[in-house]
Amino acid sequence: MNRICMRQMSKGQAGQVARVTASGELGRRIRDMGLVPGATIQIQGHAPLRDPVAIKIMDFTLTLRNNEADFIFVEVT
Amino acid sequence: METTIALAGNPNSGKTTLFNLLTGAHQHVGNYPGVTVEKKQGMCVFKDQKFHIVDLPGTYSLSPYSLEETVARDFLVIEKPSMIINIIDASNLERNLFLTLQFLEMGFPMCIALNMMDVAKGRGILVDTQKLSTFLNVPVIPMVARSGAGKELLMQSAAKLSEKLSNTKPLKISYGADIDQALSKMQEMIERNGFLTDDLPSRWLALKYLEGDDQVKKLGRRHNPDLSAVLEEISHDLSNHLERSMDTTAEAIIGEYRYGFIRSLIAQGVVQTDSARKPFYFSDRLDRVLTHRIFGPVFLAAALLGLYHFTFTFSQAPVEWLEKAFEYIRQVADAGLSEGPLKSLLISGIIDGAGGVFSFVPLIMLMFLGIAILEDSGYLARVAFMLDRIFRFFGLHGNSVVAYIISGGIAGGCAVPGIMATRTLKSPKERLATMLTLPFMNCGAKLPVFAVLIAAFFANYKTTVMVLVTIAAWLVALFAARLFRSTILPGEAAPFVMELPPYHLPTPKGLIIHMWERTWQYLKKAGPVILAISVILWAMMSYPQLPAATQQAFEMQKQQTISGFAPDIIHELSMGGETGNFSAAALNLQEQLNLIDSREAGEALKHSVAGKIGTAFEKLSVYAGFDWRVNIALVGGVAAKEVIISTMGTAYSLGNADMEEDGRLSTRLRSAQGFDSLTAISLIVFIMFYSPCFISVVCICRESGSWKWGAFSMIFNTAAAFILAVTVYQLGLFF
Repeated sequence: MNRICMRQMSKGQAGQVARVTASGELGRRIRDMGLVPGATIQIQGHAPLRDPVAIKIMDFTLTLRNNEADFIFVEVT
Repeated sequence: METTIALAGNPNSGKTTLFNLLTGAHQHVGNYPGVTVEKKQGMCVFKDQKFHIVDLPGTYSLSPYSLEETVARDFLVIEKPSMIINIIDASNLERNLFLTLQFLEMGFPMCIALNMMDVAKGRGILVDTQKLSTFLNVPVIPMVARSGAGKELLMQSAAKLSEKLSNTKPLKISYGADIDQALSKMQEMIERNGFLTDDLPSRWLALKYLEGDDQVKKLGRRHNPDLSAVLEEISHDLSNHLERSMDTTAEAIIGEYRYGFIRSLIAQGVVQTDSARKPFYFSDRLDRVLTHRIFGPVFLAAALLGLYHFTFTFSQAPVEWLEKAFEYIRQVADAGLSEGPLKSLLISGIIDGAGGVFSFVPLIMLMFLGIAILEDSGYLARVAFMLDRIFRFFGLHGNSVVAYIISGGIAGGCAVPGIMATRTLKSPKERLATMLTLPFMNCGAKLPVFAVLIAAFFANYKTTVMVLVTIAAWLVALFAARLFRSTILPGEAAPFVMELPPYHLPTPKGLIIHMWERTWQYLKKAGPVILAISVILWAMMSYPQLPAATQQAFEMQKQQTISGFAPDIIHELSMGGETGNFSAAALNLQEQLNLIDSREAGEALKHSVAGKIGTAFEKLSVYAGFDWRVNIALVGGVAAKEVIISTMGTAYSLGNADMEEDGRLSTRLRSAQGFDSLTAISLIVFIMFYSPCFISVVCICRESGSWKWGAFSMIFNTAAAFILAVTVYQLGLFF
């Protein structure tokens, strides 16, 4: 197991959210959408300009910008 | 007594479909008080019992992140509906339950409508509704809102619930030792003091204090400032403790435990996963192509071009029919009424004004139908996803693109529904920047003006000019947005943490509702407002009339001309008939008379209020190449862009009936003095960018909450347009 920032994850890579350091409004939004420690995610792909990123979480697709993914740390195998 | 039901759920959970299913045609749309969030209400009669259904805005949570969430929460707290129907997407249970838990913690009597059972089944997700119902202690009704399956059961369950509407015991979730301890301490104080407990459960109130919910704190301070202060202090101490010991916040822990609670429900067998379940669905496979690095943008360009062609190809015929219909009405009125101000008012004011607006309704309807298809299928969310990076550079949000397209980003929309569409933007600054720049798009009312100018001067380059005009609109809009965001509207970008809803086939009913809502927003302006404007413009262009002496002088001139011809020729002309049958001499006479008529009409127009305004602006507008006649049309265009064409028609026809029949405006412009291709370019530039029409300005004032932004857009846009037009014209003079 190895903890990396979500931005560094490549397409198709999966992992478990370990820590979310965002606070305030962004933190609230990230949590409300289910990005909390313990959630399993998989990188689904990037927009044509490499930003934002689309991830699979629970049963839906969530998008977030790279600078928002910077607040999320994921345990990957 | 009628029962009020709040219909609540996540976006994309089928809430609107269910609302339409329950209320049918008995609904009306308004706004929540003081905010620009739409409030839909309707009536549902089930077995002689009346239910008043309020559609709450779709939200993922009740934490006050967005305006929608605040509105939904306030409605529940203040209006206190009798019960909630919570619609849940069964194929996306975990995330949907996050909101459900928050309703249950508030202690509302509730029914769960477990929607999209078919989709879930197709994905191999089997939900045990019985178990879910037992765990949450609320009725759960499986249904498919799209087909209407489960509606009876849902209403039966709601009716049963409405018979015994005592507040149910709120759900109690454990949030770990630290928070639970603080909660019970606060709960005890709240209950002892009867602090807001008439309306709200004590534990929920305590939770909101811990979460730092400003609205609830404000409510509490008004009710009991001392206790509120104590509660705030407890929350503050806990925050400090959590910050120091675990480097986290109470709010974060609460969110995490809620999801933890949901995960444990699922693990206890609420969801049975079929062995055939795949982690990636059809929608994801489609996304691999449609948001692909290369195919994505290619497909996007193709889709937008396709929409453009679809709209313009299929709207051509109906637009022509309508134009013919109005032409026919005009002729009937012309033949049936005697000369005079009333006739002039009816024809030049009312019929032409209404015709100018209504003729383009087919075009706008088809454009909105196309946009509804893109939107309802889920593709527009992908467009926002793909273009966000570009829009962010200009200080906007990926979602701004939707408002731009509705306003005429692909040519032919309307800024009014576009301004309404900015409601999806969460950041007020981004929203304003979008709202202020989208009138630069080429709305359906500007297109006919371009069409006439192109036909007159660039008939061979129609496509090229339209493409250039579209690109120019986007560039100016984006750079203006960037300018606003770095000067008058600075601020952080709103997050792009959003759901990409699965693709699905739009329903015809949904498309029609969607298309009609926006078309109606456009049409409403064609009502009294545009009629009033047409009448005012007509009056401004007709009065004051020429002094009697001048009129007599023209009459004298005519008599003199006539007297120079032989009596049989005068007789031939007065008999009327086909122009083609006249002798050369009669034609000559007619031409001379027409010339006098047009000089008189020209003098009359110049003498009118509008003419004086136009002439006054000429000193300035001459730098952009516009004479007083163009100025009149442009001033009229501030009222509504549709008016430009009809006003120019009047100004350039110079009142000559015969010329009007065979001389189209484009031909007249080409032969008009002082109007050449450079003037046309300059005029196109000016019309593209100058003041939004009156209705859009009113809409900007209303949606931004201040008349200042409306005034700003009129002044800024006109100044910018003038500078651009002058630059183009003056540069053009060198070539």
